[in-house]
Amino acid sequence: MGNFTALNEAVIKGDVQTAVAETQKALDASQEVRGIIDNGLIAAMDEVGERFSKGQLFVPQMLRSAKTMQACMNLLKPHLQEGETTTKGIVVIGTVKGDLHDIGKNLVSMMLEGAGFEIEDLGVDVAPEEFARKVREVNADILGMSALLSITMPAMAETVKVLRNSGIRDTLKVMIGGAPVTEKYAQEIQADSYAPDAASAVVEAKKLLGIS
Amino acid sequence: MIIVGEKINSSRKSIAQALEKRDVEFIGTVAREQAEAGALYIDVNAGTYVNEEVDYLCWLVEVVQSAVDLPLCLDSPNPKALSEAIKRHKGEPMINSISLEKDRFPSLLPVVTSQPCKVVALCMAQTSMPRTVEERVSVGSELISKLTDEGIPIENIYVDPLVQPVAVDIAMGLAALGAVQKIMNDFPGVNTICGLSNISFGLPERHLINRNFLALGMAYGLSAAILDPTDTKLMATLLAVEMLLGRDEYCQSFIKAYQEGRIAEG
Repeated sequence: MGNFTALNEAVIKGDVQTAVAETQKALDASQEVRGIIDNGLIAAMDEVGERFSKGQLFVPQMLRSAKTMQACMNLLKPHLQEGETTTKGIVVIGTVKGDLHDIGKNLVSMMLEGAGFEIEDLGVDVAPEEFARKVREVNADILGMSALLSITMPAMAETVKVLRNSGIRDTLKVMIGGAPVTEKYAQEIQADSYAPDAASAVVEAKKLLGIS
Repeated sequence: MIIVGEKINSSRKSIAQALEKRDVEFIGTVAREQAEAGALYIDVNAGTYVNEEVDYLCWLVEVVQSAVDLPLCLDSPNPKALSEAIKRHKGEPMINSISLEKDRFPSLLPVVTSQPCKVVALCMAQTSMPRTVEERVSVGSELISKLTDEGIPIENIYVDPLVQPVAVDIAMGLAALGAVQKIMNDFPGVNTICGLSNISFGLPERHLINRNFLALGMAYGLSAAILDPTDTKLMATLLAVEMLLGRDEYCQSFIKAYQEGRIAEG
């Protein structure tokens, strides 16, 4: 296994140039693509999430790191073997029906992607049926829903109901978040998890799927 | 500058506790301290309660208005909560808010036309959040024209440019400020209003960022703000900026505040 310290540091710093150069170097040295992703990129993003949770790193830095990782992934993707997946799990995510707020949802998407999850982002104003359809289509492991308004929160409960009626509630985990959303509300609507911010969404998602 | 005191919001833990215990005294105290600090409206928000919001908001209206002799800013996206709360309100409330969102406009219009009130018009488009100055101005203009068509005097309209975090997009400060400026220029008599805390989401030293944003907002023409009037540094900034913008004759308000020990330095 190669040494990824320089790549880790570049991703944590959000230094795209160095990170891309280090990724290229690793490819040139015939490192395994999977290893570069796990030990070079995802490990760095884990560190970013941890520092964010401790208040040592802030949202703009997190975004910069995520963008850096994306640039590296673009370089790596063509080198993956046919059919080879690197995903930790598939997450369908969106802001619920009637709600157009997407800032928090986008941060969560980005951090989950950084942690190695595959994201299917349905955007904003997503109807319960649309969530259910996508979950079925991609065989999702997690459904993430966001709401910023008290009047749109019931759409989360509605979606859980639709999942149940479609017989797919038990095949996946449901995670919710958004400013007015609470742990208590998550329990009330029988979601599996509540995440107050992007970094904890990653921790929760891993917990839900039993990934350490 | 019209100050709307923001502290009675159920997303704050102490307020949530007071709501659940129906603690009249605590809510009354928070209302009074904001009034004494210069609030002209007291914002009331019970938005974290999906099922109890209507009850809580109505209760807040009664409790706050028995503690202070001020109009309230009824803060909810829920037409039911607003229409119930407005019935219990004495005087002319501020309704926060209506927007162009496809369900929200038609459902809130009857509420804001049911009796004389101030209306916060949030620059949220039908199907998306605005990004640029132009998008904000376009939504704001449409709201102003629709509301004035319904007979609401332009002076009663408070356009909220929709403040988004600079942490996520560095252009968001100027997007909101530019929209305030353009709307104030294009629609004489209209008011503009915003909250301060969205701007600093995701960053350290949020109070510092918020009070500088207030100063910039005022320079761009902002006529009202939803803020914590008991934050002495913030209020000192507000006083200094009013003076610097030539709105404090003989600098008397600033000096008086200093002499009364209300200016917090540094």
